[in-house]
Formats: sequence, C-alpha cells, structure tokens
Amino acid sequence: MTQDEHKEGIKGMANPSRYGIERVAYWLMRLSGLGLLAYFVAHIYETSNILRGQVGWDEFLELTQTTEGHLFLAIVIAMCVFHTVNGIRVMLGHGGVGVGKPARPDYPYDPASQNYRHKIGIYSAIVLAAIAMMYGLAVMFGE
Amino acid sequence: MAQVSHIADEQGSTSISSSKSITLRIARYNPEHDDSSQFMEFTIPYERWTTVLEAILEVKKHFDHSVAVRYSCRQATCGSCGMIINGKPRLACFTKISELNSNVVTVEPMNNFPIIRDLAVKFERLFDTHHKIKPYLIRDDTELESNEKEFLQSPEEVEQYIQFANCIKCGLCNSACPTMATDSSFVGPQALAQAYRYVADSRDKGKDSRLKIIDESHGIWRCHFAGSCSQVCPKGVDPAMGIQFLRGYLLGFRS
Repeated sequence: MTQDEHKEGIKGMANPSRYGIERVAYWLMRLSGLGLLAYFVAHIYETSNILRGQVGWDEFLELTQTTEGHLFLAIVIAMCVFHTVNGIRVMLGHGGVGVGKPARPDYPYDPASQNYRHKIGIYSAIVLAAIAMMYGLAVMFGE
Repeated sequence: MAQVSHIADEQGSTSISSSKSITLRIARYNPEHDDSSQFMEFTIPYERWTTVLEAILEVKKHFDHSVAVRYSCRQATCGSCGMIINGKPRLACFTKISELNSNVVTVEPMNNFPIIRDLAVKFERLFDTHHKIKPYLIRDDTELESNEKEFLQSPEEVEQYIQFANCIKCGLCNSACPTMATDSSFVGPQALAQAYRYVADSRDKGKDSRLKIIDESHGIWRCHFAGSCSQVCPKGVDPAMGIQFLRGYLLGFRS
C-alpha cells in the first residue's frame, strides 16, 4: 500500500470476507480465470510433447494418471464449471438482465441488483462445480 | 467568565455517561512526518443510540483534540464522515456502536482515497471523475428560454433516475470497489452511477456524449459486477444496477 494513494491493493481486492456472496463470486471468478489460464498454458506444453513421438507423449501423459494428476484435473473441472456458469450470470447482469428495476429506495436499502436471482446463480455455480469435481474424481479414481 | 461556565455546563450535559463502554481504536497518520499509520486506543462509554461519530467527537473533546475527522450534518446527508469502521466503509454518523456487536470499534480512513491526516481523506479525484461525466442536464434549449418554463416529467419517468439522484458523494462505493483498489485511473462506481442518473433522465439529451466518456479502457469495462458498491451505499443508490444498465446501452441491450 502506498500511503500517497492509500489504495487497498491486491490484498484488499482479493479479500472475499466483507461484502457477502457476491464478492466471494467475484474472487472465485478471478481465481478460476487465472487457474484456467495457467492450465491452458500447461495444456499447450503437454500437447506439444507429441512432437517427441509416441514414447514422449506416453511419458508425459503418465503424469496425469497419478493421484496428484487426478486431483489437479478435478480442480480444473471445478474451475471450468464455476467459471462457465458464473460467467453466464455475470454476462446477463452486464447487459442489465436480472438486476432489478430503478425505484425509490426504502430503508434499510437492500440493493436490488444483489437480488435472489443472482444469489441463486452464484450458489448454483458453486454447487455445480462441486458436483462436476466429485463426478470427475469418481471417474478418475473409480474402480 | 459567566459565558465560559455556561459553555462548560453545556458540554457537561452532552457528554456520554453509561455503564457500557467500548474500546475505540483510531488510526493516526500524518503524511508529513509519519511512515505508517498507528492506532490509538480510547475507552469510550456509549448508549444504545450513540454513533461512531459521537464517540470520535468524545475523544476529541476529552482525550485528544488533534484527531482529524471531517463531519458536518450528523444525519447522513452531507456525506462527509465516510470511513472504514470495523473493516467496512460506512458513514460514522449513520453507524450506531450498538449495531456493530463488538467491544472494539476500529476506525480508519477510507481506502482508495489519499489521506490528508488521520481519518480525513482527499476528495479531489472523486469530484474530478464526477465532473468528468457531465453531471447536469444537457440540452440545446434551457429552462430560462423555454416557453414551458419547466420540463415536465411523468412519475414513471422520475422513477427511472430518482434513486440515483440520492447520491451524497460520500465515496463509500469507491472505497469498497475491488477495481478501485488496484486501478487509480478507474472512473469509479460513484461517477458511473451518476452518469446513469443523467442518461436515464427524460429531460436530458446528452446520452451519447456521456457514453463516449465512459467507453474507454479505464471506464465502465473495468467494472466486474462485484456489487460491493451497492452494499455499502448509505442512501440506497445501488451503483451496480446503474452501471449494468449503462453497459446495457453500450452493448445494445437497451436503447
């Protein structure tokens, strides 16, 4: 933090604890986006191993067949599902869909844009991500 | 001397006397000679109705007059006393100690605003960005020249923007915004909500020029709909709603 501008900085931006589930969704969206970007880079590196021929390809693919590899892929599945479902919610919101209508506010001023439709969207994204991750784990570690 | 004792009596009658007390932690920082902020602690008695601002003024009156705090109306109208209270941006005059449910109340200057001293911050950037979006009716004619003398509106037309006209420029939304936390050039939720306030006004004809102002790299596209601005607004303005409606215009969802 520079005292000149007194900005909260990344620490404040990433703190999801003070402003309800909407800020948690904001934080998860950033986190999953960065995670998927990292996976995308790793995926390009992984597939580039095909240039080493079948032996090189098989060697690298074995890394994903380990316990750590399965856990990594399960997290990727969860990030992908959350980012997709929450992304659709956010895109609709960005177009002004489901954010309520302007009206004279009455105390205690519950913001209409933070309504139950968006909360359901956020919780749905989290639940679907968890289900997809568990399904992925069941497939990868399945008998 | 008579006048002095009268003032002393009056001060005595307005001081807080209660069996309940809290520890008030006030961030002290003077950019002219301090490297970082330090907290000073005071034990302050309070009643059910005592506000955080009253507790700070109690400190100024009885313990340390040098505490810098900006305030005026004491009724959530002037927007002067915004600060971080127990981690969240709030108006000190609009926050009762009893509703915080804590024996320790920590007050700090608002985030994302340069500090003048202690709890007082600079508002220049907020006023600059507010001015940038042209916060006035834009028309070719004026009220003075019009034969109608005033621009008539239906109640439905008023309803479209009146919520956003409640903004008191306290800066709490800018303090809570996660984008403002890292981007000094972001126009901010306060100015964007005010841009919508005028765009939605049926008397205004400046929609295109305002949309052009906010349609830039540090403009409306930096908002990611975290909604924290709306949650901290003490007047129910809901900047997040206005910003999404504005973006609806730019994306072609609204006309």
